[in-house]
Amino acid sequence: MHTKTEGSFSREPVVIKTEALTRKYGKISAVDSMNLEVKEGEIFGLLGPNGAGKTTLISMLCTILKPTSGRAWVNGFDIVKEPGKVRKSIGIVFQAPSVDDLLTGLENLQMHNLLFGVPREIRKQRIQEVLSIVNLEKRADDLVNTYSGGMRRRLELARGIMHHPKILFLDEPTLGLDPQTREHIWEYISDLAVKECMTVMLTTHYMEEAESLCDRIAIIDYGKIVVLDSPSELKNQIVTDVVKLKPRIPDTEELKKLEYVRKIEEKDGLLYISIKDASKHLQDLLTHTGPIDFVEVRSGTLNDVFMHYTGREIREAEAEGGFWERMMKK
Amino acid sequence: MSEIEGIYAIWLREAKIYMREKERVISSIVSPLLWIFAFGAGVGSTIETVQGYSYQIFIYPGIVVMTVLFASLFYGVYIIWDRKLDFLKEVLVAPVSRASVFAGKVLGGATDAMIQVVFLLIIGLFISVPLTPIVIINAFLMLLLISIAMVSIGLVIGANLKSPEGFTLVINFVMWPMFFFSGALFPVSNLSGWLSVVTFINPLTYGVDAVRGIILGPHQFPIFLDVAMMLLFSLIAMSIGVLSFRRM
Repeated sequence: MHTKTEGSFSREPVVIKTEALTRKYGKISAVDSMNLEVKEGEIFGLLGPNGAGKTTLISMLCTILKPTSGRAWVNGFDIVKEPGKVRKSIGIVFQAPSVDDLLTGLENLQMHNLLFGVPREIRKQRIQEVLSIVNLEKRADDLVNTYSGGMRRRLELARGIMHHPKILFLDEPTLGLDPQTREHIWEYISDLAVKECMTVMLTTHYMEEAESLCDRIAIIDYGKIVVLDSPSELKNQIVTDVVKLKPRIPDTEELKKLEYVRKIEEKDGLLYISIKDASKHLQDLLTHTGPIDFVEVRSGTLNDVFMHYTGREIREAEAEGGFWERMMKK
Repeated sequence: MSEIEGIYAIWLREAKIYMREKERVISSIVSPLLWIFAFGAGVGSTIETVQGYSYQIFIYPGIVVMTVLFASLFYGVYIIWDRKLDFLKEVLVAPVSRASVFAGKVLGGATDAMIQVVFLLIIGLFISVPLTPIVIINAFLMLLLISIAMVSIGLVIGANLKSPEGFTLVINFVMWPMFFFSGALFPVSNLSGWLSVVTFINPLTYGVDAVRGIILGPHQFPIFLDVAMMLLFSLIAMSIGVLSFRRM
């Protein structure tokens, strides 16, 4: 797996930069004056509820959507003034499958080679290379409409990396895939980032995906970045672990004095103790509680962080890729 | 170089898909057959000759042009499907200019139409239309020019609409007037008043005139005028097409 190198990015060059980047649909700002820097070789995650602006941001960076105002550079090229050069630097795996059903897997890749100007001499080799990465060699000559959802995704991923882009955009790369396939795809992605020194920007709804893959995560909501940090920092700042236990002698006064205890709730004879780092302090905590009948530890997750920053209410599903966004894409 | 490869890639995809969708090929052959054998023979039984030819033979060039017109215009609907299926995105983010994407699509659509022309030319041989190799080559080139113009119009409409249903509605308002006011079914030489005005501003009239001139002989305008009008019309349609694709 990709090794996390938090805090050491300052030396790497910036490959994606936005300055007050904004995209409005009528009065609504899907992306609202966003400032962002992504460094070379980084796996950068965009998290956010439906309609938060993730896809809109990626669409702008991929030059298929023009910003209303603000500027952005990808691989050093201005997305509005030099879209051609931006496109040569990037690979994309879209949210909705965009491989051609009536072509074979191989034909899809051949077409991509031509469209992205891969030199003739290395085309065959590149196709073999990516087919083996995604394990599709045996099915390459079958029409894509005979593929399963996971196979299509893998084909798209193969296509996205075939021209060795500097930057790979993944819009929900593992949406609707079974856990095995998801696991595989994560491995490919982090391998690639290391081997090819490729920068990856991905959106996802899967917290565990973001947590295990990303070097840094931006949680965005209503078109703005709410918070941006490494997954472990984000968790450290917000998340507490909860120790649920049943003591023989309930005495919360002494426990409250402990410096790592944040909060204690009592319910039906059970204590819910929020503490900073259960893996470190559990032993000590238990010495202060006296004998107990029962203990259970629930570790805090990135999900808690996400909920903390974006709230609990369900968003209107005027989601990305929905009818209205398509209508307004003009 | 990479632009040409881009055009080739898009054309190749269109051609492959067309050949794989047998329904598309078969259905596009049926309606011209009905026009020639049902309409042409039926109406022909009440008419002696038109400009020296049986009615069935007289409308044959018009029906070939009609087939090209329908196939070419309707091809524009596939851009809407491409967009619905999100396939288009892959092409739009490629480092290939929109003009090349458009060119690839135009060639793809023209290929569809010209494959149908080949079928119709073969049928023409069986109903003793006077087709010599030279005639076939000239007619083919003229039909290709017509096809390029009409595919461009279809793509302009497709690029600016969102739903296949909307496309069908709009295209019917373009297709049928163009066909009926083109002289495909009657000579345009002795029309009166408004009808002659409408046919003279219809660009397809010049296409039909040229193809009939090439295949059968009788024609209304000098051939260079026909070709010039079609060329001019194609250029205008293609320019609007490239602009529409840039906005996509």
